[in-house]
Amino acid sequence: MSNNTTSSFGRGRCYFKVVDHYENPRNVGSLDKTSKNVGTGLVGAPACGDVMKLQIEVDDQGKIVDARFKTFGCGSAIASSSLVTEWVKGKSIAEAMTIKNTDIAKELCLPPVKLHCSMLAEDAIKAALQDYRVKQQDIEIEAVKASN
Amino acid sequence: MLSKTVSTKIMGSMRGFPSHRINYSTSSVNVVGRELIKSRALEKDELRPLYMDFQATTPMDPRVLDAMLPYQVNYYGNPHSRTHAYGWESESAMEKARKQVADLIAADPREIVFTSGATESNNMSIKLLEETIRPETSLVSVMTVNNEIGVMQPVEEIGRICRSRNVFFHTDAAQAVGKVPINVSDWKVDLMSISGHKIYGPKGVGALYVRRRPRVRMEPLQNGGGQERGLRSGTVPTPLAVGLGAACEIAQQELEYDHRWVSLLAKRLVQKIMSEVPDVVMNGDPEQRYPGCINLSFAYVEGESLLMALKDVALSSGSACTSASLEPSYVLRAIGTDEDLAHSSIRFGIGRFSTEAEVDFTAEKCIQQVKRLREMSPLWEMVQEGIDLKSIKWSQH
Repeated sequence: MSNNTTSSFGRGRCYFKVVDHYENPRNVGSLDKTSKNVGTGLVGAPACGDVMKLQIEVDDQGKIVDARFKTFGCGSAIASSSLVTEWVKGKSIAEAMTIKNTDIAKELCLPPVKLHCSMLAEDAIKAALQDYRVKQQDIEIEAVKASN
Repeated sequence: MLSKTVSTKIMGSMRGFPSHRINYSTSSVNVVGRELIKSRALEKDELRPLYMDFQATTPMDPRVLDAMLPYQVNYYGNPHSRTHAYGWESESAMEKARKQVADLIAADPREIVFTSGATESNNMSIKLLEETIRPETSLVSVMTVNNEIGVMQPVEEIGRICRSRNVFFHTDAAQAVGKVPINVSDWKVDLMSISGHKIYGPKGVGALYVRRRPRVRMEPLQNGGGQERGLRSGTVPTPLAVGLGAACEIAQQELEYDHRWVSLLAKRLVQKIMSEVPDVVMNGDPEQRYPGCINLSFAYVEGESLLMALKDVALSSGSACTSASLEPSYVLRAIGTDEDLAHSSIRFGIGRFSTEAEVDFTAEKCIQQVKRLREMSPLWEMVQEGIDLKSIKWSQH
């Protein structure tokens, strides 16, 4: 196990990863939250300095075809939410549920003081998936009622 | 923000991670400081940022450096050496500097003690007064000009009240000396802390004003050879003292001009930003202030992300000396700023050497980046849709 990875680690790629996501964020924007294929997650609080809104668009096969985010927060928070939107595209709902904050933190090399940003991003995707699931259930219930 | 139980949980899950890549010790990543704006060497051909952080520190005025240099290499004697010319000439320079400092605040030179900086002066004032204090007296300590929002306290009135109640009055004037007119007699100040590097003087030197009439008795913080009338032992660093003296004399000469220049630039900066960007709040009293310290809150944009966006300008949010903590500014909290606005504040520091071009660049960059960050902000989006943010039940973390 090499020890020299630690010294080049902090200053090299990882710093630029966060800066890259922050300066060229992917998938900033909004989807139509009234659409039945869109799930919206809103997590965090302005008083804490961190709010993330994450939206996913799911096709009829249960695959996530689009994702958008908007974040009020520091560079690490913006990078974490941007990264998550990149990761969920093309995944199924079940796969998206397995995204962990530790993966996000590892990818962006977040220092301990910024780990909560990755946790909030995980909460955001889970909230979006939950919202989509609830919407689908409501649609099913409506369909059942209509056929009776 | 991050509770102890949550942090131990995170560290636990992180330690269990199998990959060798995740061995980040705190030495490889700068965890001191609230943000991933880390210390790093400048890239090749990368320009240094503009300096707009004059409250954190100031560059030395070249005239101060000129005054100091001979005392570094030629007139290098110990000012306390009584027996030869090296000592005499250094002592003479030190006393001249003492007078320059005293004149700036309308004090007697015998009332000035050289220290290593305003922090030491503050400690001396507060800790040592405890030793000699009578049971019924106490100490009032107030900042003259606040370093985060620039607000100036009604020192004259406070001094009058303290004197009438027989209470010692100390003020930390680090951000005020040489920037606003000070008269320790009019203000009825008993103790005043002065900092060299806040007024275009050298770092590592400051002074403490100690009133003689009515006498303020003190016990020394530092014992040794009895220098500075026993109040602060240790060889007075002649070059630094000369530098502080020169900085004070220059400040006295240029006080009015500097004040007008800084006011002009400050007004220019604030007007430019506020005319282009809505929902910007200036923190602190608009009248009772030193104009060079401007603290603005940009609603719906987080302060650290804005600082990162303005990477071509050296700015700060919150004060430099407390930047290791995660809490938003205690000063903003104390003046009743909303918590979300406290997370959205930036301090602009303008000084003697700031130019109009720098201010214009900063304003333009700021306007541009605030607009960009607002496009990325869910709060801005909600406000545009007419939602009242205060009515939302946020998920706490």
